Amino acid sequence: MLGKALRARYTPLLVLAALMVLVPLVSTSSFHLRVAALVWIFALAALGLTILMGYAGQVSLGHAGFLGIGAYTVAISPVRLGLDPLLCLVLGAAVAGLVAYAVGRPILRLKGYYLAIATLGFGVIVALVLHSEAEITGGPDGMAVSRLSLFGWRVAGATSWYWVTAGALLVGALLALNIAASPTGRALRALHDSEVAAAGTGIDVASKKLAAFVVAAVYAAVAGGLLAAMNGLITPEAASFSHSIELVAMVIIGGLGSVFGTVVGAAFLVVLPQMLTALQEYEQAVLGLLIMVFMIFLPQGIVPSIRAYLMERLP
Amino acid sequence: MSEFLQLVFSGLTVGAIYALIALGFTLIYNASDVINFAQGDFVMIGGMGTVFLMASGLSLPLAALIAVVAAVGVGLLLHRLAIEPARGASPVTLIMITIGASIFIKGVAQIVFDKQFHSLPAFSGDAPIPIGGATLLPQSLWVLGTAIGLVVALYLFLEHTLVGKGLLATAANRLAAKLVGINVTLILAMAFGLSAAIGALAGVVATPITLTRYDIGTLFALKGFAAAMLGGMGNPLGAVVGGLLIGLLETFGAGYVSSTYKDAVAFLMILFVLFFLPRGLFGGRSVERV
Repeated sequence: MLGKALRARYTPLLVLAALMVLVPLVSTSSFHLRVAALVWIFALAALGLTILMGYAGQVSLGHAGFLGIGAYTVAISPVRLGLDPLLCLVLGAAVAGLVAYAVGRPILRLKGYYLAIATLGFGVIVALVLHSEAEITGGPDGMAVSRLSLFGWRVAGATSWYWVTAGALLVGALLALNIAASPTGRALRALHDSEVAAAGTGIDVASKKLAAFVVAAVYAAVAGGLLAAMNGLITPEAASFSHSIELVAMVIIGGLGSVFGTVVGAAFLVVLPQMLTALQEYEQAVLGLLIMVFMIFLPQGIVPSIRAYLMERLP
Repeated sequence: MSEFLQLVFSGLTVGAIYALIALGFTLIYNASDVINFAQGDFVMIGGMGTVFLMASGLSLPLAALIAVVAAVGVGLLLHRLAIEPARGASPVTLIMITIGASIFIKGVAQIVFDKQFHSLPAFSGDAPIPIGGATLLPQSLWVLGTAIGLVVALYLFLEHTLVGKGLLATAANRLAAKLVGINVTLILAMAFGLSAAIGALAGVVATPITLTRYDIGTLFALKGFAAAMLGGMGNPLGAVVGGLLIGLLETFGAGYVSSTYKDAVAFLMILFVLFFLPRGLFGGRSVERV
């Protein structure tokens, strides 16, 4: 019975929804809710990478670049174009998708480490542009972001943001689970195992890879837009190399290719630094050590490892 | 013309540093198929170690020697404690292990040292040497000389010593190397130690020019990685050419285009090269077997 539930497609979604309802019952502290909202946002960004890396097996070390594009679109367009912030969220996703399409066509021909350096280069360039074009982006100090309103309702306060981000993540998770079960998802998994074999069965490898890249960019851009609107401030730090690394670490620590694992990985990497602020000096050392330990001893990730353990023991 | 020459000088100087870091990437990649993102942190250990040992009263050569030895120790520990236990892991996992190691080393460095920028005095004075209307700093000669010396020494070591040939054999085919009696584990440890030594030495000679800080390794690692990829991953000659090219491109980009975008120039160039030569300038045209 339980074993069957573990295999069901929407189980991760139900567990996630239950968790989302549970958190505000355990604590109503606005600090805790804010941290939880950050978890939902980063999980959303990392979900895109789960599709790209976990399903399709393609590395991206510059994914925070798309997060930055989404965030800055939400920050800049209300000021420059007078657009509604909610519309800017959609616009950011569209811009990131277009950029991913344009950049992805040439660089997705590359494999392994070459793809890693190409995506890394892309991320570095985006961060550099955000950093240097001070007249538009505010430079290293970043810029203020106007409040988001959903159909006349101004989103403000930790509780509102908690539910908005939770809702966005649920929609994202639902889409990711459906993509996994769709023919495209199966095609992506096929080319993960062997591109040549996938091509041999008639899968258009290049276009499937590109699709995964664009979808991943859209996820990151929406997350970036939400992050900017929630914080009311955005800095080029959002698009930095270390943020790209954190996104990849979330996907791998939680479990490569697992939707629920991605949320666990995001929770791990968002909550941990908050707990370590007491030992601020040691924060980086502990973080580095944890990433190493997880990669060495639990390379499958937290969730798939637990799942495999349970599957063996449950009927 | 003199401006052009000036840019060539500074381009070659930073390029030589990138070349050494790229060589470190290449050595480890060849021996173990691992891209070691902590490569830049060896540079930091070399520079910071020398700064702090000199501050405690040691002479420059002694301080540099101890710093390089310390970096080698870190390299060996990295191999023994992080890479060996994860044998057989996927490339992404290995990348993340070395990135984790890099974050860890930076974290420890900011506790052991501090968060300030530091410099070393130039080894043989600051009086610029005029050449053809441009000037060359004596420290640039130190950097270039060290780079040339290390490349020659590495070549002689790999081609003319039994241990060096063992390393090449391991790089070519690990199983075959094992079968002819080469201690592959020892060779891999040596590749890590050697890369650490090269990186740390680059850090010592570069610090009077580039300054150093606990987190300076990230940018060095990115540039060194880029240089190694540009040359064609795993090719030592490619690493040197790639490093010098990136140094020159960056300096010319900064001089003639925009100094804010000098990092972008290097990465744009790499994207451009990879677009036309997906395996880099000197990469093999090998066909992947299915």
